[in-house]
Amino acid sequence: MRLTGAEITIQCLQEEGVEFVFGYPGGAVLYIYDALFNQDKVKHILVRHEQAALHAADAYARASGRTGVALVTSGPGVTNAVTGIATAYMDSIPMVIISGQVPTPAIGLDAFQEVDTVGITRPCVKHNFLVKHVDELASTIKKAFYVAASGPPGPVLVDIPKDVSQHIAEFVYPKSVSMRSYNPVTKGHSGQIKKAVQMLMEARRPMIYVGGGVILGNAAEQLTKLVRELGFPCTNTLMGLGAYPGTDPQFVGMLGMHGTYEANLAMQHCDVLLAVGARFDDRVIGNPQHFFSESRRIIHVDIDPSSISKRVRVDVPIVGNVADVLEEMQKLVNASSARPDATALKDWWKQIGEWRARDCLRYDRNSSLIKPQYVIEKLYEVTGGDAIVTSDVGQHQMWAAQYYKFDKPRRWLNSGGLGTMGFGLPAAMGAQMAFPEATVACVTGEASIQMCIQELSTCKQYHLPVKIINLNNRYLGMVRQWQQILHGNRYSESYMDALPDFVKLAESYGHVGVRIENPADVEPALREAFALKDRVVFMDFMTDQTENVFPMVKAGQGLTEMLLGAEDL
Amino acid sequence: MRHILSLLLENEAGALSRVAGLFSARGYNIESLTVAPTEDPTLSRMTIVTSGSEEVIEQITKQLNKLIDVVKVFDLNEGNHIERELMLVKVRAEGKDREELKRTADIFRGRIIDVTDRTYTIELTGPRDKLDAFLDAIDRSQILETVRTGASGIGRGEWVLRV
Ligand SMILES: Cc1ncc(C[n+]2csc(CCOP(=O)(O)OP(=O)(O)O)c2C)c(N)n1
Repeated sequence: MRLTGAEITIQCLQEEGVEFVFGYPGGAVLYIYDALFNQDKVKHILVRHEQAALHAADAYARASGRTGVALVTSGPGVTNAVTGIATAYMDSIPMVIISGQVPTPAIGLDAFQEVDTVGITRPCVKHNFLVKHVDELASTIKKAFYVAASGPPGPVLVDIPKDVSQHIAEFVYPKSVSMRSYNPVTKGHSGQIKKAVQMLMEARRPMIYVGGGVILGNAAEQLTKLVRELGFPCTNTLMGLGAYPGTDPQFVGMLGMHGTYEANLAMQHCDVLLAVGARFDDRVIGNPQHFFSESRRIIHVDIDPSSISKRVRVDVPIVGNVADVLEEMQKLVNASSARPDATALKDWWKQIGEWRARDCLRYDRNSSLIKPQYVIEKLYEVTGGDAIVTSDVGQHQMWAAQYYKFDKPRRWLNSGGLGTMGFGLPAAMGAQMAFPEATVACVTGEASIQMCIQELSTCKQYHLPVKIINLNNRYLGMVRQWQQILHGNRYSESYMDALPDFVKLAESYGHVGVRIENPADVEPALREAFALKDRVVFMDFMTDQTENVFPMVKAGQGLTEMLLGAEDL
Repeated sequence: MRHILSLLLENEAGALSRVAGLFSARGYNIESLTVAPTEDPTLSRMTIVTSGSEEVIEQITKQLNKLIDVVKVFDLNEGNHIERELMLVKVRAEGKDREELKRTADIFRGRIIDVTDRTYTIELTGPRDKLDAFLDAIDRSQILETVRTGASGIGRGEWVLRV
């Protein structure tokens, strides 16, 4: 079959079973858009800004486990997309980005809308390609999908010059790919796995620390089974929420900078630590030296060898697909009669119980102002704990992570690695596209939401009835919190003056807007909003401006050096 | 510690910038980097001389392995190896200095490959220390220009690095 490069591109997407492409047209991709027009298998979602196309495709991938696809034009299309590419890269999200480029003869001549796309995106993609000839197009796209989804996943960009999309070639979609330079390890080392299980059985104060890798690796089920069998305490990172059920008694909460008292203390004082699909990053272990002031043995399972012993030295590294490694561990546990010392484990749980009794997430429930934590608690109740929740970045993100109890993986979508404000709304769109019947809520702040607010228009066009929970504190809240705690109350540029009337704004986009000013109205407003199944509802909650996120470990400090509340300031 | 890393990478546009970009983005040292195609034109061989703690070198190796264009990475420090570098030095050579420079070049097994009334151009190969020693042995003020390729490395004995 002889096709143009543009037609080949779309055929490849069809071959890959791509349902949706999130994108925005422009000169360099006009042939590709033309090819899209002539078919109806791949559905294109027209966003209002390329950043949103990337976030939507990214969240589609996070929610569904399938590879997200975005399509942007050259030059400003690409530069607008970079934030979204970097967001996906930091969180290892499988994505393929197709970008237009100026025609090959014009490359390097500062042509209209030319940027060095491969160069600009190189540090924030798993890999990228510039397709120089139409003959290489199909095999390159095949490689892109393979690389994006295998090993540690990540975004892969394919840059297609305009003339390549116009030229004609014989279309053959390769059935398989083999790349001599890319053979990701999948099977964990059996000897190491055996050693790990033995170590777990010797533990007196065990702890299991679970990151986003368990969600990306579809290993939540295996993990939950193993943790329950062992009876050990388990913590999830911000990216791992939902990997181990949030309502399970063995769950001690999120850990790290805004982790619970019990999770952080158990992490510090355990004697055997099993880390799965997590990477000991600086928001979890702020101060590795402090972490090592107490000795413990560490087992680390991850698909990415470079995540192992990067910030924290470990004793038993296991590189492999987390689901398979956990299954192999489970088999060894089942086959063995050895079990950890029951009395020691009981004492450990007793200790954890005492830490839990501090009730570190308590807040003032009698306030006459709306407490943001209360809104999230009610959101949890009203949605039956079963919504897909996206968030932006700031205090609201941490409250959502702390107070919404995620029992299932792929229900909590946030930008953990890059911390990208503007992620929440487009992410909600992507999740809603993946699951049209699901309840999707975007927890945001009045600053973050304005970074991609134009997407309210996309929601209208595609009937994406997402619910927006705007925790409006009239501040760049997280910035204000750091300024209060670390910069002597000097609130430099963290107050958002001249905010729009979000109710009217939502209405002007054709949606429902509500402002909620009293605690008593929180629950009824949520119930009413979620009952409007086919509408976008923008809920503008006027919250307590002075509320801070606790517990808090200041950047660079040890896990146990926590501020637990205003009394610690 | 100083390490010599040997890499085989796809001989593709952009492969070099991926490696160089990795070193600058992550703040790793590069003392020198050399690259050229091999007998298999689809492959390039690169030698990187770097330094860092064992942890840093381990990370560098892992990060290099993660690059899709990198086929193989080997730390030559893990075994016996040979390291060679080529240097071209143009020196002022006038009057009695001419004889003296020639003698010094001979001692270091250097060759004079270009001559004018006032200059010599000397070619020298060897490990880094030898080239450094030569530069120390002659009068600094005589040096007009030096060009060094950076080290290339290969394992000793029958062991080979290939795909
Ligand atoms: C694109 C981007 N710019 C700046 C920041 C730094 N930053 C982190 S949180 C925050 C404030 C967010 O304010 P808001 O969305 O109102 O949320 P709140 O913290 O008040 O809940 C800022 C500016 C960021 N994370 N992302």
